[in-house]
Amino acid sequence: MNRLLACTLFIFAVIVTAASCFNKGMSEGALPKNVSYNFHIRPILSDKCFKCHGPDAGHREAGLRLDLADSAYAPLRDTKGAFAIVPGKPELSELIKRISSTDSAIVMPTPESHLGALSEYEIDLFKKWIKQGAKYEPHWAFTAPVKAPLPEVKNKKWVKNEIDRFILAKLEEEGLEPNDEADKERLLKRVSFDLTGLPPSIELMDRFLADKSDAAYENMVNALLQLPQYGEKMAVHWMDVARYADSYGYQDDNIRTQWPWRDWVIYAFNKNIPYDEFITWQVAGDLLPQATKENILATGFFRNHKYTEEGGVIDEEYRIEYLIDKTKTFTKGILGITIECAQCHDHKYDPFSQKDYYSLLAFFNNTKEKGFEGDVTASQPAKNPVLTITAEDRKNLLNYINSKDTNALMVSVMGELDTLRKTYVLNRGVYDQPGVEVQASAVKAVMKFDTAKFPRNRLGLAKWTVDRNNPLTARVFVNQVWQEFFGKGLVKTSGDFGMQGELPSHPELLDWLAVDFMENGWDIKRLVKQIVTSAAYRQSAKVTQQHLQKDPENIYLARSPRQRLKAEFIRDMYLSCSGLLVRTIGGASVKPYQPKGIWEAASSGRGVLATYRQDHNEALYRRGLYNFIKLTVPPPNMIMFDASNRDQCEVKRLKTNTPLQALIMMNDPAVLEASRVLAQQLLGEQSTVEEKINKAFRLIICRQPSATEKKIVKAYYDEQLQLFQLNKLNAAVTLKVGEYPLNKQLNAQQLAAVMKTINTIYNLEEAIVK
Amino acid sequence: MQKEFLEHKLNINRRRFLTQVGMGIGGAALGSLLMPDLFGKSEEEMIMTGLPHFAPKAKRIIYLFQNGAPSQLDLFDYKPMLQQMYGQDLPASIRMGQRLTGMTAGQEKFPLAGTAFQFNQYGAARAWISELLPHTSKVVDDLCIVRSMYTEAINHDPALTFFQTGAQVGNRPSMGSWLSYGLGSENKNLPAFCVLLSRGRGNGQGVYSKLWSNGFLDSFHQGVQFSSGDNPVLYLNNPEGIDKADRRRMLDKLAALNDESYKEFGDPEITAKVQQYEMAYRMQTAVPDITDLSKEPEDIIKLYGPDCLTPGTYAANCLLARKLSENGVRFIQLYHQGWDGHNNLPSEIKGQCQDVDQASAALITDLKQRGLLDETLVIWGGEFGRTNYCQGVLTKENYGRDHHPRCFTIWMAGGGVKPGVYGETDEFGYNIIKDPVHVHDFHATVLHLMGLDHEKLTFKYLGRRFRLTDVAGKVVNGLIA
Repeated sequence: MNRLLACTLFIFAVIVTAASCFNKGMSEGALPKNVSYNFHIRPILSDKCFKCHGPDAGHREAGLRLDLADSAYAPLRDTKGAFAIVPGKPELSELIKRISSTDSAIVMPTPESHLGALSEYEIDLFKKWIKQGAKYEPHWAFTAPVKAPLPEVKNKKWVKNEIDRFILAKLEEEGLEPNDEADKERLLKRVSFDLTGLPPSIELMDRFLADKSDAAYENMVNALLQLPQYGEKMAVHWMDVARYADSYGYQDDNIRTQWPWRDWVIYAFNKNIPYDEFITWQVAGDLLPQATKENILATGFFRNHKYTEEGGVIDEEYRIEYLIDKTKTFTKGILGITIECAQCHDHKYDPFSQKDYYSLLAFFNNTKEKGFEGDVTASQPAKNPVLTITAEDRKNLLNYINSKDTNALMVSVMGELDTLRKTYVLNRGVYDQPGVEVQASAVKAVMKFDTAKFPRNRLGLAKWTVDRNNPLTARVFVNQVWQEFFGKGLVKTSGDFGMQGELPSHPELLDWLAVDFMENGWDIKRLVKQIVTSAAYRQSAKVTQQHLQKDPENIYLARSPRQRLKAEFIRDMYLSCSGLLVRTIGGASVKPYQPKGIWEAASSGRGVLATYRQDHNEALYRRGLYNFIKLTVPPPNMIMFDASNRDQCEVKRLKTNTPLQALIMMNDPAVLEASRVLAQQLLGEQSTVEEKINKAFRLIICRQPSATEKKIVKAYYDEQLQLFQLNKLNAAVTLKVGEYPLNKQLNAQQLAAVMKTINTIYNLEEAIVK
Repeated sequence: MQKEFLEHKLNINRRRFLTQVGMGIGGAALGSLLMPDLFGKSEEEMIMTGLPHFAPKAKRIIYLFQNGAPSQLDLFDYKPMLQQMYGQDLPASIRMGQRLTGMTAGQEKFPLAGTAFQFNQYGAARAWISELLPHTSKVVDDLCIVRSMYTEAINHDPALTFFQTGAQVGNRPSMGSWLSYGLGSENKNLPAFCVLLSRGRGNGQGVYSKLWSNGFLDSFHQGVQFSSGDNPVLYLNNPEGIDKADRRRMLDKLAALNDESYKEFGDPEITAKVQQYEMAYRMQTAVPDITDLSKEPEDIIKLYGPDCLTPGTYAANCLLARKLSENGVRFIQLYHQGWDGHNNLPSEIKGQCQDVDQASAALITDLKQRGLLDETLVIWGGEFGRTNYCQGVLTKENYGRDHHPRCFTIWMAGGGVKPGVYGETDEFGYNIIKDPVHVHDFHATVLHLMGLDHEKLTFKYLGRRFRLTDVAGKVVNGLIA
């Protein structure tokens, strides 16, 4: 108990230290020499002022717009002779008067807005900015990135590649020193999980430890990048972006066949299809000249969303709903903007009008898709338009689609109507309230949609998206990839690069990477390799007092972030260590063990997914990404580890720490079975108990245990063995878990003791952290 | 310039940092006693240290959700006109061209269907209540009956989602998650937000785990589903052969091993992990103690009815809800399926009422006798109402009713609500003519009763401050005592 209390106090101490350091930055920090609109002023304006004085024409107060210089400098409509901002003259600027007033009738933001008054520091920032000329700048993310020269650094020896120049320059500026390279065992664990989602095998660990050459690490990276598991690892993130699921969602939530699209994604990552092509196919593969079935299959991306099969729905209401979902997925997942606000009104923070929104939606409005194709009794595995994939196709072009069945597969894909369907602004976003007609066009605040260059259809949209001058596409993807490896993006709000999004921690690095990515043919594997071979990535994760004081959030990366594995890779970890993992790639999703009754309790009773029919044999041991996702009841052991529920496009997962996660690792039969099967395997080997425990520890934690750790684990084993031998614990009952056959040749008491020892190791915090 | 920029970053990151270590602002408010200088002059401070925003009337909520939409016209909203005009077409002047679902939009006629059940008046408010609810009619003096609820959605999924999250689509946090986030937990061994499911014999509509999702809030605020099986919370039970003492042995070794890792890495996440294992261990004792209904005294069993001894029934869930609430669970969400009376409403609704009437009333009585009703808000109601006209063929014995979002009835009890009848519909029971209450207003009012200002309980996600009430909602003072 005391120890627990000590832990608690320690955490609080950490927070207090951190917080006082933050506060210091705010209250005592001197004003910047040059106040920047983008970095200092705009975040405050956007957060506190734009709601009423921003781009939304429908809710603009007093005719004042503070997001545009001309409007902010113009005479105020309602206060004769006054100006919101007079460049160079804070004392004459009404804005300063308003934000510093204590009179509730005058002060801005108004008390009713609940936005809170500006701090003195913020007010001083405004004064200084106006004094310095109140210069506006275009939003950083809406101007095309350029490569800045690599910054100079002192500690040249530390640098492995260009990334490190940017990281180190900032560290040196902050007076932080980067950590040394992680030891080889931990580095291998990290890079193995990051590139394949799997722990390294003992053979791989031994090989890497024995390789003393300078190129050892790079060779290892190259080898891992060639494994087909790389595609599986990368696909998990993209499945979140594309809200992939195995059912239709909504109330009856029947089964659908969208997994061939998922198999294509795995294949595409493995084949290293350039990102511009990867996107073009998914947005408009069907519109490419001589489109192949593969091109068309990729457009399944836009059909992964939910479909209602609820009797009595209004077709058009849902057809529009699906268009809204497509628009959201495209903008959040690929462009990193939150344009959905403009569905009902002009965006309050970003320069996106409601008309912009519906012009974008118009690209998707020309498909043959319906809002409703009948209720659950008429349910089909795909909804129109449908791509049929024959057994013949699977022998040829689409040979990566894993199906033993000879029947044709049906997948929902995109397909255009012959005649153009008109699109209207929908007033308040309501499907039956059409307003003015709009033409398809992409968001002009991001980049002009030049109809001389781009046709007004999805193919034009795809070309606009991957155009070299599009300021967002490369930045957003590079940032998502960075997030995969460092836990958070250089722009932390990876789904929002707009005004309300966070600013990049390393803006020059982000831009350098984005431009470099485009210059090198949008080569994803190259980008990944760049990241994992950087010194920044290879650092140890040791947290020092200096780190906690100066950079508790690890913004500057003076250490590698310790990160909990994603839900899928936790499953892969215990299956892989135990030897149970079946490494088949792709195919229909599988239904492993799941607590009884949870589908049934939440089901309407209709459709083939009303009851959970658990799979058997090999299907029990497939990787986490193949777990069947029923949208209304996604796998609970995944959701509890923060997996996306796939309801909508998600670009970032939370990483929480809850007691339910502890319960899973202790009690989920899948983890217990893996413990038993690994115990069986180890017990069958010619080795001492110490060697067996040692091996289990290496397999799961991916390093040699320390002497103390060995002692603790061994003591637990001895204690358990004795309890089993004295029949204080029942070995037969303990071993009775999972469908994998029990090896009855082995001594049951010993086996149970090893099993429980292994389960304890699986429960170590370090087991699920890379 | 870089340096200042980063200072700015640090400032805006404080809240995130807190949520990583703590349990949302409710948890942080508690912690702030220990770390007063943590909250400087920021908007977070206003939210965090100001919770609740004002003195709460209720501390806990039990929401008895009647999933599928019970017919207000057969239970609470008595309309003799429908009997007088039995079988006649719904006048166009009443329908006013309002949209219908695809189930009945194609009907040539909309024959008015008066209820097949008797109504009587009860209590000080002389509230009309159907013979289907004999127990409810006895506690009517504790009920605040709202006959003027309305919603925007016309189908189950969006309507249910709207009631639970304040939006028809969008993966938003559920009501219970908002309350967990805003007020935290009163019990360190139990989740702040629990979910209980049951099903009647009537036409059912599924429920979905997204209804108790934490959305963009920390998953700590996710509703924890309790089930009727041997494992009351998923993965709670130790595997067979492992008892409490043995689990303790394992946890002690685990803590020692994690401590080794902590010594090496110094990562506070490691100690946080150890704490979560300890809470899991405490839950393993606390949850079965609470879910074991077998030790309840005779008079309680009698009060809730014999069904309450069958796990997974609505009655058992009501009793369990009382126990959870008594133990400090902030928000308990029940769902009872089977109210979707499109075709055989009279017979189906009888069965549904048999399931829920006695136990719902018992919950009120039980809370009251324990002195807990004042601080516990009980809510009873579905996602929309049902039409006054018949879906399908109208006969003397049978009728069906389609979805009707324009008016329906819910009731609330305890927790600072004003007993009586609120709002009024027209004589056809089709439109509201007095005191309409929108779902957003309902949410605003419920939060208000819990001491929260619905406009201030916000979470900034992807550049926008989200609220349970989205951009609307006003507190309905007429519902508050």
